Amino acid sequence: MELVCPAGNLPMLKAAVDNGADAVYIGFRDDTNARHFAGLNFNDKQIAEGVKYAHDRRVKVFVAINTYAQPKGWERWTAAVDRAAGFGVDAIILADMGVLDYAAERHPNVNLHLSVQGSATNPAAIGFMQRHFGIKRVVVPRVLSLSQVAHLIRETTVPVEIFGFGSLCVMVEGRCLLSSYASGQSPNTFGACSPASHVEWRDTPQGQETRLGGVLLERRSHGEAAGYPTICKGRYRIDGELRHAIEEPTSLNTLDILPDILAAGVSAIKIEGRQRSTHYVTQVTKVWREAIDSCKRNPQAFRPKERWNQILAQVSEGTQTTIGPYERTWH
Amino acid sequence: MSALNNSAHRPRLSLGPILYLWPREQVFDFYAELLETPVDVVYLGETICSKRRQLKPEDYWELAERVTAAGKQAVISTLALIESDGELKTLKRICADERFMIEAGDLAALDFLEGRPFVAGHSINLYNHRTLAFLAERGLKRWVMPVELGRATASDLLQRRPEGVECELFAFGRLPLAYSARCFTAYNRGLGKDNCEFCCGDYPDGVLVTTQEGQEFLSLNGIQTQSAGTHNLLPALDEVRALGVDLLRISPQSKHTADVVRTFADCLTGDLDPAEGTARLRDWAPSGLCDGYWTGDSGYKFGMPV
Repeated sequence: MELVCPAGNLPMLKAAVDNGADAVYIGFRDDTNARHFAGLNFNDKQIAEGVKYAHDRRVKVFVAINTYAQPKGWERWTAAVDRAAGFGVDAIILADMGVLDYAAERHPNVNLHLSVQGSATNPAAIGFMQRHFGIKRVVVPRVLSLSQVAHLIRETTVPVEIFGFGSLCVMVEGRCLLSSYASGQSPNTFGACSPASHVEWRDTPQGQETRLGGVLLERRSHGEAAGYPTICKGRYRIDGELRHAIEEPTSLNTLDILPDILAAGVSAIKIEGRQRSTHYVTQVTKVWREAIDSCKRNPQAFRPKERWNQILAQVSEGTQTTIGPYERTWH
Repeated sequence: MSALNNSAHRPRLSLGPILYLWPREQVFDFYAELLETPVDVVYLGETICSKRRQLKPEDYWELAERVTAAGKQAVISTLALIESDGELKTLKRICADERFMIEAGDLAALDFLEGRPFVAGHSINLYNHRTLAFLAERGLKRWVMPVELGRATASDLLQRRPEGVECELFAFGRLPLAYSARCFTAYNRGLGKDNCEFCCGDYPDGVLVTTQEGQEFLSLNGIQTQSAGTHNLLPALDEVRALGVDLLRISPQSKHTADVVRTFADCLTGDLDPAEGTARLRDWAPSGLCDGYWTGDSGYKFGMPV
């Protein structure tokens, strides 16, 4: 089982490589990838250096080009695919059928992975993508239970990658428009959920308010911990009650079920967080490397170490973590 | 034909699938009423939750026969999110029936429908001309544009669409915004999805979600999240005609759907002014109207000049 770690810039890539990642995933500095934030991602010089650094240490590099291209700007996506292929990366992570079609035709020897944004949650969907684009891996959305993941792995010949740690997307990725409903920009169209330019933080006599596109997502008393505001983690009135109507501000941590993930035949486990810091990547990669190695040595005896959970808790967004949809009770 | 010469073009009206859990009787009554309206295409089927089984595929096929007998086109719509084996088997069975056109809601349906005529629903991510061409080679006859895309992309895609492929726009209704594994209706009633007691049946237009300052914002419909605002493209009718859009979809709501269809139809024939039509529609939208997506703005905004 491969450990796939995020890198929003060159120092993060080096941190992931140095601390035990089997693969690092990165993106270009534009809206062709789903972590399109100012100051983040790679230009050509940085990619070249990153690929060399990783390959010298036998670590793979994947490039995510996983947003949906519209006719205006289409060439940005095809150029991104050409550039990624030109840098000799180990795989390109794609979501859009049109871009997949282009990549498969133009670069038949480059490995293509179906991004989590590709929204494939069953063997028929994966089979369709495999038949037409020859995908070599699928990243499945964070909506399946672990038994569903295990079943899926038995039903497809495409290796399956899952999210193991980081932010928890509770909607089927690639088919969530909540962000654009409030801000006009979504992960699909712009490459970011809740784009920072549309987020407001206000201190008011009623409390601290967070807004997206002018819509009030949360109003909390001063001093309450505040995560990054997304619509799905906001607090609203529903049926007369004030509550987190969609999901609490939790993040995903699957360390507790690592032996089951391994037993299910998961090919790769992905850490979320290209928008986070070098410190985050260092700490999380180190813990997960140690955990995966320990679990592989003796899955029966595997118990997450207290120290690992302490380290992960320090870098988690929000105050709670959850196993999320992998546990059926979450549903 | 250039876009400007196309102003006489009259899009047809379609009725989207019922997105909510309504009692069986109500569903049959609803279609009996709607078949009397000037709607041209009727989409039928469960697209949200496989646990809702008041109507089986056989019931939808029976309704589809009635739709056909009424001189309209029947299309069978499929689930937007396919996870389990059971869902996949039902989907396969629906797709194997070749009497009616099928609307694909998930990539899985594309797998089963390849090589025969089909419709790509708005939950299939079709954002560009290359995807359009790719699917057209595999049998695509019509696509419903993802709802977050507006007139700019519609225009680009319509100019580059393959021969014989129709474009449908989601023109009226609460916007389908997201799908999850969690049933939010059950979650907010303190129930799990496996033990949901079909509580979504208590909310014929979804559960309203209001912000802490009273803005009616979202509507929860089982695993689906919708907008609270009702999307309305009536003010854009002239643009829609000029672009050559083929169909306008009206998404069923528990009240006034037939009135909505007639209002759109009257505006299409020129018997009613779109501004006056929109004024009527406002009264029938549970949380007001929105149209931001069409102009490239936030989806919840309203303010297209009529």
